[in-house]
Amino acid sequence: MTISPLLDATGVAKNYGAVAALRNAALSVLPGEVHALMGANGAGKSTLVKILTGAIPASAGRIEVRGRAHRVRSPADARRAGLVPVYQEPSLIPDLDILSNLRLTRTPVEPFQEWVRELGVPDLDLRETARDVPLAIQRVLDLARALAVEPDILLLDEMTAALPANLAERVLDVVRRQSRSGRSVIFISHRFVEIAALCDRATVLRDGETVGVVDIEAGVEERIVELMLGAKVEKARRAPSAAEDGGAPSRSTRIAVRNLAVGTKLRDVSFDLKNGEVAGVVALEGQGQDELFAALAGSVRPSAGTIEVDGEAVRFAHPVEAIEAGIAYVPGDRSEALAMKQSVRENIALPFSAAFRNWGPISRRTEGVKVQSAIERLQIDTRAQREVQRLSGGNQQKVTIARWIAADARTILCFDPTRGIDVGTKQEIYRLLRQLAQQGKSILYYTSELEEVGLVCDRAIVIFGGKVVDILPVEIADEPALTRAAYGLPRDAKAGVHAGAQTGAIAP
Amino acid sequence: MSISTVSGQPASPGRRIRRFMSDYPLVPLIVLLLLLVLVLQTLSPGIVNPRWLGNTVKFAIPLALLAGCQTMVMLTGGIDLSVGTAATMAGFIVATQSVDNPHGVAMAIALIPALVIGFVNGIGVGVFRVHPLIMTLGTSLIGVGCLQVYQRTVISSGTKYPDFLVWLGTGVTWGFPNALVLFIPVAALLIFIQRRTGFGRLLYALGDNERATRLAGVKYWQVILALYMLCSLLAGVVGLLYVGLIKAASLSLAEPLVLPSVAAAVIGGTSIFGGRGGYTGTIVGALILTVLTTLLTILQMPEGARRILFGAIVLLVTAAYLRIIEDR
Repeated sequence: MTISPLLDATGVAKNYGAVAALRNAALSVLPGEVHALMGANGAGKSTLVKILTGAIPASAGRIEVRGRAHRVRSPADARRAGLVPVYQEPSLIPDLDILSNLRLTRTPVEPFQEWVRELGVPDLDLRETARDVPLAIQRVLDLARALAVEPDILLLDEMTAALPANLAERVLDVVRRQSRSGRSVIFISHRFVEIAALCDRATVLRDGETVGVVDIEAGVEERIVELMLGAKVEKARRAPSAAEDGGAPSRSTRIAVRNLAVGTKLRDVSFDLKNGEVAGVVALEGQGQDELFAALAGSVRPSAGTIEVDGEAVRFAHPVEAIEAGIAYVPGDRSEALAMKQSVRENIALPFSAAFRNWGPISRRTEGVKVQSAIERLQIDTRAQREVQRLSGGNQQKVTIARWIAADARTILCFDPTRGIDVGTKQEIYRLLRQLAQQGKSILYYTSELEEVGLVCDRAIVIFGGKVVDILPVEIADEPALTRAAYGLPRDAKAGVHAGAQTGAIAP
Repeated sequence: MSISTVSGQPASPGRRIRRFMSDYPLVPLIVLLLLLVLVLQTLSPGIVNPRWLGNTVKFAIPLALLAGCQTMVMLTGGIDLSVGTAATMAGFIVATQSVDNPHGVAMAIALIPALVIGFVNGIGVGVFRVHPLIMTLGTSLIGVGCLQVYQRTVISSGTKYPDFLVWLGTGVTWGFPNALVLFIPVAALLIFIQRRTGFGRLLYALGDNERATRLAGVKYWQVILALYMLCSLLAGVVGLLYVGLIKAASLSLAEPLVLPSVAAAVIGGTSIFGGRGGYTGTIVGALILTVLTTLLTILQMPEGARRILFGAIVLLVTAAYLRIIEDR
């Protein structure tokens, strides 16, 4: 006898004009299981999620909840059916305090507070304005808010992506318990480790279709990757390391940062960024890395310290001054960088028109050549190019980078550019950044995924508590070493711990 | 467990029509316009003739030009309620100044207040970040006040309308209204600015995502200041044209055109939230509104009923049109 599924969606399709975002998706979730939903970017995960939760209507398909056909016309419908989502972006209203946010969704306060404590945030003030709560905590609150209404099906979209390790662990714990009590969880993530540890089955989407449902067991990662990529199965290749790509003998310094401080977060940071290198920046959430990038990009003014570009001290008052010095900023949040309703071409060419002297007629031909070569270089899928918002997340991210390739920026500041995008696109971005470095450009690369340091960077600058605590060459910058450094532990801490375990030999 | 592929199902005719309309948003508007003309002809056979056509175009032009200002501002997510005042001031001043001055000088003087209004709007919105609705409402009221003061100083001198403006406003050559001499180049220029210049591209981008334009190196205040000045200048020119058409300078000369100018832009598919739309749609929108007015006039209804119907139709058309072209 088979258990009847709690949620059963079949033949779900969604068209945007001529573009099919979802063609034939199916998802079946059993009671008490944690079900992973996977797929490369642009495979249709987000679209399917939005349809299931009533955010957008489906063009076709059938959705059954507990065996009965169910029409989800609005998020409220989905809630009534017991399906509650936690989206990738924080959903608290920034200008209301937390209590008012709870009232807005009629969330019972007591269970909410219990869940918040459960999730590892002991001292939450309900009177605090949501805007002032750190991003990572906001995510936890979103989750607690969803849990407080005791949903039958909890839908988590990249829940752990923006969380520091300790909070992520708590979240996974809670998800496990949720499933033990007979409730189901739909779990969307790019992290295999989490999926292997947490999920029972996985549904894999590719190009808007469900291409397989697999049981999670040892070695299933290969199978899932195969399904996700379809024909183009390709082992993740290591980008050439610094040693391999020649290691130019005397690289000149492009940007010299000395004792830089911004506000209260970034306190004292000094480092050099050289021509022809990719320098990684590694830090836990909120250690001042946002402020560092904003200062280098000209978005905020430093409160102390100096920035030198090619040996000359600069004080940027507006991003345009950084751009004129050849420094471009690619923010982690794509919605910060893109004009979503405009075309791919207009987005890439946007910096060309920025200066007053370039307000005149646009030379379609020269612009076309530059834009086209950038599109080709990044292999942007331009089928849906009339509006950037219809591109997949990975392609959108490529557009944000293509803009500065077309503008020929000498330095690119990449802030976590691969967050929430698929494996294939990540590989392409790594390769591109290495190429740029080989051509003598310099790249500052903040990443929240430590394994990327080994794939892309020549060095890793580790920031903790607003200060540079270590600069590791890529050879020794493996994940354990970076993690230790990111928590502010000294480089030889491992040896120390070992020694300590064998009763108290103190390093000389 | 996975479902076999049923991809590439043929689109139904309804879907195809919607897709077509979403790709060519101008088509449904033109169809609607022709439909309205057809209704007009049915209700009152023989009314649609070259003379009627010329008249309709003549009255649609000031509205279309003012809606052109509105379209540009709306692309950035703003709105300009002071266009009526800028136009009224220009019209009123040219009529009173022409008595003592050469007509060219009078026209130049008449455009100065418009530029000042645009400058103040631009500084307020661009530098001090006042909401465009409030900013332009404020300058509009101030402008009207100034005009009342000005009126007292010229109350005895009477009015005079430069021949050129009368020719432009009311004249007809070979069946075409002379106002087309002004309208066609201006419309072409506006469309060119929107589609093919860096400035135009910035308007769309600003309305779409201001933060993104900042990161791309755009200085917000520069664009906004240029935009509002350009917009007010154009409104001033419309005022000159309109006073030539109406030949009765008053303190509320162009005021009745302000809200229809917003309506024309919205009916034409320009999003009031910015980032989407264009002037071609607005032109058709202005024509639709003008024909609609004629239609309601010949229906011989009481004024109240006519207004109710006008409002309802504008709402209906806008809602239906947005549904068609958004294609969610």
